[in-house]
Amino acid sequence: MTDTGKIDSLRLPVNGPGSSFSELLEARKPDLLPERDVKGHVEVPEGTTVLALRYAEGVVVAGDRRATEGFQIAHRSIEKVFAADDMSAVAIAGAAGPAVEMVRLFQTELEHYEKVEGERLTLEGKANKLSQMIRANLPAAMQGLVVVPLFAGFDENRDHGRIFKYDVTGGRYEEDDYHATGSGGKDARGSLKKRFHPDLTRDEAIKCAIEALFDAADEDVGTGGPDLMRGIFPTVAAISSQGLVEVPEDEIRALFEEVISERGGEVRGPESHPVDVRRPGEEG
Amino acid sequence: MPMPYYVSPEQLMRDKADYARKGIARGKSVIALEYLDGILFMAENTSATLHKISEIYDRIAFAGVGKFNEFEQLRIGGIRLVDMKGYAYSREDVTAKSLANAYSQTLGNIFTSEVKPYECEILVGAVGEETASNELFHILYDGSVSDRTGWVAMGGASDQLNEYLENHYTKDYPKSVPDLKASIAMGHDALKAIEDRDLTADGLEVAILDRARARRKFRRLPAADLTKLL
Repeated sequence: MTDTGKIDSLRLPVNGPGSSFSELLEARKPDLLPERDVKGHVEVPEGTTVLALRYAEGVVVAGDRRATEGFQIAHRSIEKVFAADDMSAVAIAGAAGPAVEMVRLFQTELEHYEKVEGERLTLEGKANKLSQMIRANLPAAMQGLVVVPLFAGFDENRDHGRIFKYDVTGGRYEEDDYHATGSGGKDARGSLKKRFHPDLTRDEAIKCAIEALFDAADEDVGTGGPDLMRGIFPTVAAISSQGLVEVPEDEIRALFEEVISERGGEVRGPESHPVDVRRPGEEG
Repeated sequence: MPMPYYVSPEQLMRDKADYARKGIARGKSVIALEYLDGILFMAENTSATLHKISEIYDRIAFAGVGKFNEFEQLRIGGIRLVDMKGYAYSREDVTAKSLANAYSQTLGNIFTSEVKPYECEILVGAVGEETASNELFHILYDGSVSDRTGWVAMGGASDQLNEYLENHYTKDYPKSVPDLKASIAMGHDALKAIEDRDLTADGLEVAILDRARARRKFRRLPAADLTKLL
């Protein structure tokens, strides 16, 4: 019995890949796995700011829509928040191509496991699996293709939302309250720090996320703010014991308009600061 | 050197088929019914964990009767095949037809080239946009496939179940098909009739492919929901 060919592919080898999809690919179609042996350095589009914060019933995950390549905008409406399954989400920052590929493999991995085993992985199990996938990307990360996702979900065993951040080596760190990563991550964290408290309701948490992204876009050139002209708004997902729900665009737009009108009153236009430099024609 | 006894190919195949049929006849049955919003699968099964009915892909479900380890192997093999295909190409490229074909090749190959044929029959069901585009492929132990409409019964009591459903399922398919409640009642009655005793929700395994659901159409109906519908 060979391990290739359609006929035999339906029969299980004794030492087969079990219920892991990535091991299955490794055994049967290794060319479909992400390229790990990368040489040289490439410039690729990068995703910028994503964040997650806990609220009373679960966790909110959000991300802006901009991808940049150097000082250019590579894409104005990229998606960075993905449902990993019904109960968890991954938000990506870093090299967009490898990140999206990693998410796709991760989603398939979770669904494959669930179908084969007849039950879902625990949130802990999912977080560990993602950690291994980031670890496997380390050689590519060394060449500039860094992928650092944020993973958040509702833990059905513990009955609350949980947030995991990662480093390039696959190091996994759990955050109790909130986290933001990507080029505007620091600004978003600053914003979340001021507004976060553990008893936020769903709506308050979504508003918090939106304000944090607004602040990040205000300070960081890589982060896209709400694009009212084109109608492009950040993506936000809320996960509770009822599962993952993507927040509708109308709701996000309304919240941004609220933020703009609230803050509009505080913002002053630029004052003139005359500089003692003569302009053309102003002789003597 | 002693010569092996000559056995004609006809005799050999007949013996294998008898063997497989006897094995399948010892097991419980599964029925599938097309209803208003999709496909209903029902089986008598006292185990809550060893399933006869399972999810394969977004629109595709699997049901098996006969020897558990054999159809379980086919189930997992099928999930591997479609997940790899969907990952390499796109989710829309995964079809019930191609999966049924792969199963048919595998079972056919096992039947002709191995000493012991598989003692199982399987069903691949896929829910379409409307009733007329639903697909039901019934694959036998020897790899023969039939493309069915309306209902399918397989397993130990398939003859009686087929007769029952033939008499009770709508003659007006696909213009009018029963709703979920009516289909569950019909399936329940059919299974009760052959067992000649009452079957409670705990003793039934029921799942649906519901076209109204989002991407993944498969859903198990837990005993609590089922009790309400019975």
